[in-house]
Amino acid sequence: MNVLDINNVTKRFGNLVAVRDVSLSVAKGELCAIIGPNGAGKTTFFNLISGFFPPTSGSITFDGRDITRLSTHERVTQGMARTFQITEIFPELTVFENVRIAAEVAGGFRLRPWINRNEAAQVHARVEETLKLVSLETKTDRLVGELAHGDQRAAEIAMALALKPHLLLLDEPTAGMGDQETYQITQLIRRLHRDSNYTIVLIEHDMRVVFHLADRICVLDQGRMLAQGTPQEIAANETVQAAYLGNAA
Amino acid sequence: MSAEQTRKLIALAAIWAALLLAPYWMVPLGGYTALATRVLVLGLAAMSLNFLLGFTGVLSFGHAAYFGLGAYGAGLALKFVALSTPLALVAGMLLGGLCGAVLGTLIVRRRGVYFAMVTIAFGQVFYYIAFQWSSLTGGDDGLRGFSRQPLDFGAFKIDILSSANNFYYFVLFCFALAVGAMAFILRSPFGRTMIAIRENERRARFLGIPVERHIWIAFTLSCFFMAFAGALYALVNNFADPRGLHYSQSGDFVMMAVMGGMRSFWGPLLGAAVFVVLQDYLSSITVNWMSFVGLLFVLVVLFFPRGLLGFLQRSKA
Repeated sequence: MNVLDINNVTKRFGNLVAVRDVSLSVAKGELCAIIGPNGAGKTTFFNLISGFFPPTSGSITFDGRDITRLSTHERVTQGMARTFQITEIFPELTVFENVRIAAEVAGGFRLRPWINRNEAAQVHARVEETLKLVSLETKTDRLVGELAHGDQRAAEIAMALALKPHLLLLDEPTAGMGDQETYQITQLIRRLHRDSNYTIVLIEHDMRVVFHLADRICVLDQGRMLAQGTPQEIAANETVQAAYLGNAA
Repeated sequence: MSAEQTRKLIALAAIWAALLLAPYWMVPLGGYTALATRVLVLGLAAMSLNFLLGFTGVLSFGHAAYFGLGAYGAGLALKFVALSTPLALVAGMLLGGLCGAVLGTLIVRRRGVYFAMVTIAFGQVFYYIAFQWSSLTGGDDGLRGFSRQPLDFGAFKIDILSSANNFYYFVLFCFALAVGAMAFILRSPFGRTMIAIRENERRARFLGIPVERHIWIAFTLSCFFMAFAGALYALVNNFADPRGLHYSQSGDFVMMAVMGGMRSFWGPLLGAAVFVVLQDYLSSITVNWMSFVGLLFVLVVLFFPRGLLGFLQRSKA
């Protein structure tokens, strides 16, 4: 079954059509990369999926339920988690506290004025497990705002993972990173995909990363879906080459 | 136990010891017990405001309304319903808290400057109601004709009207209950979602927190605490003043919180203490006492942006 089905969504801002009649299906366990030149509508498309704003037309189905009109936090509750191009974290809290908030919300404790020992232990275990997954287990007591950029990214991914999502949306996970950090975050995403079997949709500019990770690549151009297919198909696609890839691939 | 935890415990013990012994050390220093009582009540109000400002990150500039409503609720209950101090406190808390809960549903739709403006506007509505509805509230003269009643435990009574010390300890008991409740909430999962919203609203939303609903709850709780402080204030003065609802009073509370240190739990109490004590001393010397408090406020904000308590903590560490 597909985790995500996007059917003919269009988003207009006044006269500008940022996303035009785009459809996309993501199967369980798949890693789908969205590429395209600047201004192609990638981030708008992501914002439509995660519920930043509703589409002008079209529908979005997640885990078999129509979520087109659901708000952001309702989509998160249904199992959708995302990270941002510019890292969104709680800078003045520690790594542990950042991820604990996510784990408590995921555990259904967000409205609780108390938490008992058992529940706290569960949350604690969840946080440590998640931090281990992203290799931050030695930095749990550091303030997130003081970490290196790559570690901040990892912390943001850890917060998303602590929500136990069925779908992970990563907006340019390697943005602003050096080669070493890019390599590490790519390995992390690869582990999440291959070993932990997460379903992932990501936007990425770095073609090495995209071709290394993706099961399927979707090319957006001027708000339209130009092509989608396996990395081999996309690399061989002449329209895509002309519009975007040039000689890079 | 880490060194930091030990330090925190010692600081906490010092604060409570100072509060418990206040009637004994304030008098020799030239103060008087009723001054300590005022510090406690206004400190509780500033801490209630800071529950929202410092820990949820939204600035209400109309919180005096809920403080004043608490005062009128307590006064009206004593005057017209029953001669009972606990009932007066509950009545005041309910009046202010429930009004806050209802208006909060509208207020939380806005953020930043607009949030502050809407809170001022609603606050002023209550001020004018208290000012105009003379038959019930006494209008400009304020609500008079009530006084705090002895605490009746059946077997014995405690006089809190004529004994300043008894009343101080009664207020300290109420203060401890409210402050304990606040601290408890802040250490809970819900409290952590408040801090999440303060730190990064977008991230909070994308963790699945319905931000408006959580801000509404924090706002409502803050109003209940505020109204409780207001009800105590009516007992302090045996009087409820329409100026207690005015936005300039709201501004005073914001000043206390910011001056003391809005990122720390106890900061606003220190801010209130400085404010109240300065007011008490300076107003006997000059009618322009507010200029001096204002000057101090400006200096603190410019040089100790984390407030007086933030400065003390930093210099200790």
